[in-house]
Amino acid sequence: MLELKGITKKFGGKTILDDVNLTVADGQILTIVGPSGAGKTTLLRCISGLATVDAGTFLLDGEAFDPATNRNNDAVIGVVFQDFQLFPNLTVLQNVTLAPTMVLKKSAAEAEKEARQLLKQLNLEGKADLFPYELSGGQKQRVAIVRALAMHPKLLCYDEPTSALDPDLRREVEQIILDLKQEGMTQIVVTHDMPFAESIADQMLRVEPKS
Amino acid sequence: MHYVEQILPSLISGTGMTLSIFFWTIIISIPLGILVGLGMTTNFKPLTWLINVYVWLMRGTPLLLQLIFVFYGLPIVGIVFQRYDAALFAFILNYTAYFAEIFRGGLQAIPVGQYESARVLRLTNWQTLRRIVIPQVVKIVLPSIGNEVINLVKDSSLVYVIGLGDLLRAGNVAMARDVTLLPMLLVGVIYLLLTAVCTLVLKRLEKHYSYWR
Repeated sequence: MLELKGITKKFGGKTILDDVNLTVADGQILTIVGPSGAGKTTLLRCISGLATVDAGTFLLDGEAFDPATNRNNDAVIGVVFQDFQLFPNLTVLQNVTLAPTMVLKKSAAEAEKEARQLLKQLNLEGKADLFPYELSGGQKQRVAIVRALAMHPKLLCYDEPTSALDPDLRREVEQIILDLKQEGMTQIVVTHDMPFAESIADQMLRVEPKS
Repeated sequence: MHYVEQILPSLISGTGMTLSIFFWTIIISIPLGILVGLGMTTNFKPLTWLINVYVWLMRGTPLLLQLIFVFYGLPIVGIVFQRYDAALFAFILNYTAYFAEIFRGGLQAIPVGQYESARVLRLTNWQTLRRIVIPQVVKIVLPSIGNEVINLVKDSSLVYVIGLGDLLRAGNVAMARDVTLLPMLLVGVIYLLLTAVCTLVLKRLEKHYSYWR
């Protein structure tokens, strides 16, 4: 369970996030919606530790933690970026196994076995030895999801997962997110795609731009 | 043909000097260039300012002038180099500046998202640099590095100004003595062979890195 209490974020003199409070229960999907510039992505970056907050606390399973400095490997927060940010110099398999071997210190064989299982689960069988440039947009996104899952995150965040995809693929991502929910994954999805948000959300947070 | 056999030994010994300057400069100034290039991308203002002044000086004045300053100028302030050391010192200083600029450009071409992506996967800075950033930078900078390497083969001929006997100087001596252009023609051929080998090696390297885009 993730809780945010009084999260405030400023850029220069401008307050982007003002006293945000929310709770995401285990296995639930929270969607963060709102117009461009409202701070959706900023909130996601704060949760995933890519940006620091000016005030407020984060609690993961009841324990306070600072996402920006958190190095506890039992409390990983996975992120699927809008432009995926796969590592172009590594194969699909290497993209997935890099962190489990280097950070979680898994053996190469163990990491590979798990990676292949996840790739299969997300319908990427036979793609393991390809490089990212050889994949379609939807495949890249699924690799990004697999890469995040391989770190056994407590929470998986998506930044605008439908923005780079055509309508058919949108339904596919929707299904992936719902399937992961079935497995108990807690997920946060930032999107400005309202129908998509409504069809997956257990809980919806609307952020509005501050004037 | 007989004449060629006669002057070839001195040209070959000159080539030895040329190659020695070339290899040592490459071996030392490429790693230094990576370090200085990394320094340029930090947010530590005094460091970046210092590096910028250094790069400005090295790229803003002729290498020939730098050679003269190192060999004839530094002894005035009590720093005395042997001829060969002076040449190497000047070449390394100069080429490190060019390599640093190339690596800075390469480092800045890596999207911030790559670092962020590595960060959320909990990779350390060093792991990120080694497995993600450097392989990508190497691929980006290879053509520019290649240009500098080829330039260095020819620039090494500047060492004549402090009296070192390199390939060009060996040809020059033979030309003045025997009043014929033939030695210089041979010198040209040898330089062409050297740069051809460099080009070939660089092409190979580029090909090696073409397995991903």
